[in-house]
Amino acid sequence: MLSFIVRRTFSSAVVLAAVSVLTFMIFEVIPSGDPAIRMAGQNATPETIAAIRRTWGFNRSIWHQYISMMQKVFTGNVISYTDQVNVVSQIERGLPVTLSLALGAIVLTIAFSLCLGMLGAVTSGRVTDRILMFLTLTGLSTPSYVIGAIALYLLAYRAQVLPSGGYVHFGTDPAAWFTHLLLPWLSLAIPISCLSSRVLRASLLDNVNEDFVRTARAKGLSRSRVLVRHVLRTSLIPLVSIWGLDFAGLLGGGAILIETVFNLHGVGQYAAESVAGLDVPSILVVTLYGAFAVVLLSAVVDVLYAALDPRVRLDG
Amino acid sequence: MLKRILKDRLALSCGLIFLIVAVLSLSAPLVAQYVAHTGPNDEHITATIGSGVHRRYVVSLVGVPIGPTWGPRFFLGADSNGRDILVRLLYGGRASLAVGFIAAAITLTLATILGVAAGFYRGWLDAVIVRILDLMWAYPVILLAIAIGTVLAVSGITIGPITIRAGSLLLPAIIIGIVHIPYVAKPVRGQVLVIRKREFIDATRVLGMSPRRIMIREVVPNVATSLAVFAPLMVANSILLEAGLSFLGVGVLPPNPSWGNMIGQGISLISVAPTGVLAPGLMLVAAVIGVNGFGEGVRRALDPHGRIRPR
Repeated sequence: MLSFIVRRTFSSAVVLAAVSVLTFMIFEVIPSGDPAIRMAGQNATPETIAAIRRTWGFNRSIWHQYISMMQKVFTGNVISYTDQVNVVSQIERGLPVTLSLALGAIVLTIAFSLCLGMLGAVTSGRVTDRILMFLTLTGLSTPSYVIGAIALYLLAYRAQVLPSGGYVHFGTDPAAWFTHLLLPWLSLAIPISCLSSRVLRASLLDNVNEDFVRTARAKGLSRSRVLVRHVLRTSLIPLVSIWGLDFAGLLGGGAILIETVFNLHGVGQYAAESVAGLDVPSILVVTLYGAFAVVLLSAVVDVLYAALDPRVRLDG
Repeated sequence: MLKRILKDRLALSCGLIFLIVAVLSLSAPLVAQYVAHTGPNDEHITATIGSGVHRRYVVSLVGVPIGPTWGPRFFLGADSNGRDILVRLLYGGRASLAVGFIAAAITLTLATILGVAAGFYRGWLDAVIVRILDLMWAYPVILLAIAIGTVLAVSGITIGPITIRAGSLLLPAIIIGIVHIPYVAKPVRGQVLVIRKREFIDATRVLGMSPRRIMIREVVPNVATSLAVFAPLMVANSILLEAGLSFLGVGVLPPNPSWGNMIGQGISLISVAPTGVLAPGLMLVAAVIGVNGFGEGVRRALDPHGRIRPR
């Protein structure tokens, strides 16, 4: 187990390093990407541009630039090219929003998919199940921002029962925090939970016919107890990895679109802005942050998976 | 297999939904020319519609576009630039569907080549391909797509003899096609790892077939079922990703319409002009339900036990 964790950590570090090199290269080779020219503004003299190039180190070799950039990343001292603000502190400012968004969405996702998945498995083949299959098909085919837009129109503008966007800190006003995030949470949770409820349904139906279920029933346990304590427990194992990766996706940039719809100034919106401005330092840090979320959580999921299911072999 | 799909009513009705969306999108030029009398990018900001007391500005003086007229002109209303939403909706459908299908074709082709080569040859080639797939897997997909999209949208790209202009539909299609490769290549590789150990592959080796020939003639047909199951899924996911990118302004570039960029442009006016967002939103959902539902029918017919799963 320990050697598995060590190997997993090492390969995660390699992937992260590769992500940083790749991101740096992509924005280095692009034709319109010379930051010195853009920083100097319009009507800049060649001398000004050359001076900016010297102060920011753009005239040195690309590897030099990469290494000094990474040093800044590790000391938390990356300065944006476009507005000369510390990138890390910008991300820290957006983090509470994105974290609230992702946590609430994943809690709702787990609740929804447990209800829908179990209902579907229990009523398998009957009318309820068929209706559920169609509803979840619709849900998983609807992007979160379309749900968000429809909900925004109906509930925030027509019925005016919920706020139309923005973020209130939990510490300031917990109730307002909740009402402001309710629509974004639902918009994110519906498509994801429709997909994972189907996986749960299939996994439950697979396990219902296993020998251990018959044994438990033969011992005299009630149907519902067997379903919850034995079948559900086993069936949740694949869901752990799905939910883990969904959570990573939400943290690592998956919420960009919903943050735009509801005007939440989280990390996602910051990412979109920095990409639109071709601002290399902030893109690099945001991408690394997103990749870090994905890599870290998928490593955690792998370890958790091995811990939950002894059948999983660790040397794969 | 065809028989099973034809009996599957849910799959057939989803297929029908998709067909309707596709036919509507294909009829875009006809609607534009004979019904609405305007192109998808024609702006009518200062124009008026109706006559006498019913005379209304297409875009009011405070910038509110006209709502649905339910008549030939501005059937679904106008957007903030005074463009006919229905015409843009249908032309946008052409763009979204084209990008979806081309991207899925790119994904399936490249993923098959990579997955089969990695799984069949093993060794260093496998190691390199798996690392690259892991890298693409960990890279935040939407950021990667936005990054490449922004870069290429400015400049266009030249790959050997082919030059793709900035603003071409091929750009988002290629980006999306590449970004999705790990989802298919990983399971394909996994399957090939099993297939290569089977006896019939040993037999072809003994017969003296070259590795390339074995891969094309023996291995690829054996992963074809998985590819058929993945194909509709990748079309649906590509349509969704295209919409997401266009929503952010880096997929199909304005002024050309796509469902995603119509939603993105309309979202700020949703309180006064909801059709600008709801119409493309519903078309997008209809198209994706159609593809996904039909794809599930294909899966039920080909893979009744649900063994084939994308990563």
